[in-house]
Amino acid sequence: MIAQELHDLLKTTFGEAILEAKIDGVFDPFVTVAPDRIADVARFLRDDDRTQFDSLMCLSGVDLTKGNLAVVYHLHSTKRNHKFVLKAVVPAANPRVQSVASVWRMADWNEREAYDMYGIIFDGHPDLRRILMPDDWEGFPLRKDYQVPEFYNGMKVPY
Amino acid sequence: MKTFLLELLNNEVLVYTLMAIMPLIWVIPFALFAVWWERKISAHMQDRLGPMYTGGWHGWSQTIADIAKLIQKEDIIPTAADKKLFMLAPYVVFTGSYAAYAAIPFAASYVGSEINIGLFYIISISSLVVVGLLMAGWASNNKWSLFGALRSAAQIVSYEVPVALSLLAVVMVVGTFDLQEINHLQTGPVWNWLVFQKFPLLLFACLIYIVASLAEVNRTPFDLPEAESELVGGYHTEYGGMRFALLFLSEYANMFAVSAIAVSLFFGGWNSPFGDFLSGHWLLDLFWFLSKGMALIFVQMWLRWTLPRLRVDQLMYVGWKVLVPFSFAIILGIGVWVLAAGQ
Amino acid sequence: MEVTLTDVEPGRRPATIPGLGRPLRAEEMVISMGPQHPSTHGVLRLELVVDGEIVVDVIPHIGYLHRCFEKHCEHMSNYQQVIPYADRMDYVAAMSNEFGYVVAMEKMLKIQVPERVEYIRVIMAEFSRIISHLIAIGTYGLDIGAFTPFLYCMRDREHVLDIIEETCGARLLYNYMWIGGLSHDVKPSFQKQVSEFCTYFRPKIKELNDLLSYNKIFIERTANVGVLPGDVAINYGASGPVLRGSGVKWDLRKNDPYSIYDRFSFDIPVGQGLKGKVGDCWDRYMVRVHEMEQSTNIIEQAVAQLPEGDVQSAIPKRIRPEAGEIYVRTETPKGDLGYYIVSDGTASPFRIKVRPPCFINLSALPAMCRGAMIADVVAILGSIDIVLGEVDR
Repeated sequence: MIAQELHDLLKTTFGEAILEAKIDGVFDPFVTVAPDRIADVARFLRDDDRTQFDSLMCLSGVDLTKGNLAVVYHLHSTKRNHKFVLKAVVPAANPRVQSVASVWRMADWNEREAYDMYGIIFDGHPDLRRILMPDDWEGFPLRKDYQVPEFYNGMKVPY
Repeated sequence: MKTFLLELLNNEVLVYTLMAIMPLIWVIPFALFAVWWERKISAHMQDRLGPMYTGGWHGWSQTIADIAKLIQKEDIIPTAADKKLFMLAPYVVFTGSYAAYAAIPFAASYVGSEINIGLFYIISISSLVVVGLLMAGWASNNKWSLFGALRSAAQIVSYEVPVALSLLAVVMVVGTFDLQEINHLQTGPVWNWLVFQKFPLLLFACLIYIVASLAEVNRTPFDLPEAESELVGGYHTEYGGMRFALLFLSEYANMFAVSAIAVSLFFGGWNSPFGDFLSGHWLLDLFWFLSKGMALIFVQMWLRWTLPRLRVDQLMYVGWKVLVPFSFAIILGIGVWVLAAGQ
Repeated sequence: MEVTLTDVEPGRRPATIPGLGRPLRAEEMVISMGPQHPSTHGVLRLELVVDGEIVVDVIPHIGYLHRCFEKHCEHMSNYQQVIPYADRMDYVAAMSNEFGYVVAMEKMLKIQVPERVEYIRVIMAEFSRIISHLIAIGTYGLDIGAFTPFLYCMRDREHVLDIIEETCGARLLYNYMWIGGLSHDVKPSFQKQVSEFCTYFRPKIKELNDLLSYNKIFIERTANVGVLPGDVAINYGASGPVLRGSGVKWDLRKNDPYSIYDRFSFDIPVGQGLKGKVGDCWDRYMVRVHEMEQSTNIIEQAVAQLPEGDVQSAIPKRIRPEAGEIYVRTETPKGDLGYYIVSDGTASPFRIKVRPPCFINLSALPAMCRGAMIADVVAILGSIDIVLGEVDR
């Protein structure tokens, strides 16, 4: 299925939840989905016969600056061999997105990583803890406004 | 030997002490040599050279340097360990493996203790090793050590059964527990060796014994108690310095002990394989006995550097469901044979 | 009555372990496997909840080798500087990491690289597949308790490393593939050396099979252990030999060809459950062995067709991609390595996210380990073939 058809399909199924789309002039066409509906969209894309996105390739957090964070979902289907990109944009002040870990288990650790690096809270995630940084680390290092702390547990950080 | 020493010294206590120490003259140099030898064998099997620099020819003094290093090391005891048990365990292990040497006939004229239940004694005294290993694993207060100790206890106890049964098959044939007497029975050419008697029943008994004894001494493919890739070091994870050296030493002492039993029972002991040729003198006896033992040790090393390791449930399967039934079948067969031949 | 540790020893141990999601039962013991453990292939820490020798649950803890790859990338002054860092992710197959990154950047910058560069890159990427699989197979033997195959693998690996060393001067971290070209052209003797290696290497695979793959004990230890069914593997996002071992015929070199992989003929080996169920450790192991053969085939074809040319003619003077984003994935020895690159139109990257195949394959470990024995955890972990440099980045 090509991107335009996918977009139309989502638009007719979910209507208001599909916020924005960019199909032409980009390397990977994407649609932006309301963060509180992303799990429904994901489940639909996985289960629907026309789409069959059985695998999540990549889940990334991005700091869009200007007070916004984004979660980017790169999907692909091993059965139909097509790709698609979903995005969810959330305010950095209150970054809450629905978890898709129940749809693709691959999202489990990647959502933990996005939480670790950007502080994005995934509602419904079974075990949202830091994964790469130490458990008692303060702040979210990949945010653009992140300041490296002077000390961590008495150890000097910048060297 | 004993009578000679008694005449010389005229003091029983001194003589027995001397007789007890004598195998040490063999065990310690043997362990040093065997470690070096194993490193060389593994190296040549793996397309490399092994130790080459310490000492002169092919790094012969490498293990001596290792031991010198281990002796100098600080004796570290983990704070949470059970101190007394932790310190005692290596000695118990070594005692268990060394005590077996008392009944092993090295030559026609030398056996540490001429007891008529030698074989029985060896089987029972070598079980002391398990106690030591359990002590080591428990006292270390380390979960990996504990796992190693539990595994080795389960393993050694299970494999005692096929070991004892396969030895029992020999005893049924020769009708004695005295190792020296068993050796005397095998004098003559190769086909007098017990491994070829009651063919092929004792040959199978011998194979069962060799497989089960590998498990007894924790060698690959049965090296689960110290499986490095699973249990780090097993029961000796927390040991260092001299105590570790002692555990290591008793491991090699054990290897030779089980090989010596196999040699005595199946491969003619100190007898020359050529009948009367090259036999008679105690030095020749010693030569034949030790070289047969070393040949079996080579087999153990060969297996170690070729085979992967079994899992704990597969180990139990091999022990209880393969080796034990087969050794029972052999005993039954020998019993029938002996009865039929007797009538 | 079920006794929990909360009743028994309130002060000494936490009754719930983070990640377990339930209180510990009285008969359960928690063992910390790693970060210093011979079989965790680096600084991985697994908390094993065991009942005797049976593993009830596994809680992986990663991050001990976290080197802030993504944070560093955002602070680079240009895109070229990322390449040495990419090397350090999967350090046993560094060429593959560079390959994925330069393919992504060239697509973003719309650069057409010379034919010769493409061929050399493919040869190098397949070499890195061979050396990575040799490490995976050798250390897998170690995990199972067979020491000798490891050194045979290291011996064969030396030959590849020698060829790579003569080409770019480094043996581990190469910085060889640049955006638009290569740092050095190959030596004149390169073609001869590579063909010699291919004829040398094929019998060695057979030797390895005789020594390890078809060893009875090895099969007993790996067949029917850690079974990962195909649909579960896809759901976990598993890729590379882990996915193909589960019987899913998915290889980006065929399914989503990049570079010039569509010009070569080669097979995709998949797990068939010859010794046990499809998707067990033996299948995953065997996929790697067959992949080494296929890589040798590709190298032979590529080296025979190697065209002449200048390897640096397409290297751009300034790298300043237009604002935009791209996601490119390539098939590395461990699986699908993806780069999600966001550019804001300046010379330094705005965001580079890596999809590390090891990280995602490792997340399937607890599912494979439940109900297995401690020795199986080692076998399963080895069959996933992780490199902590890539898991932690």
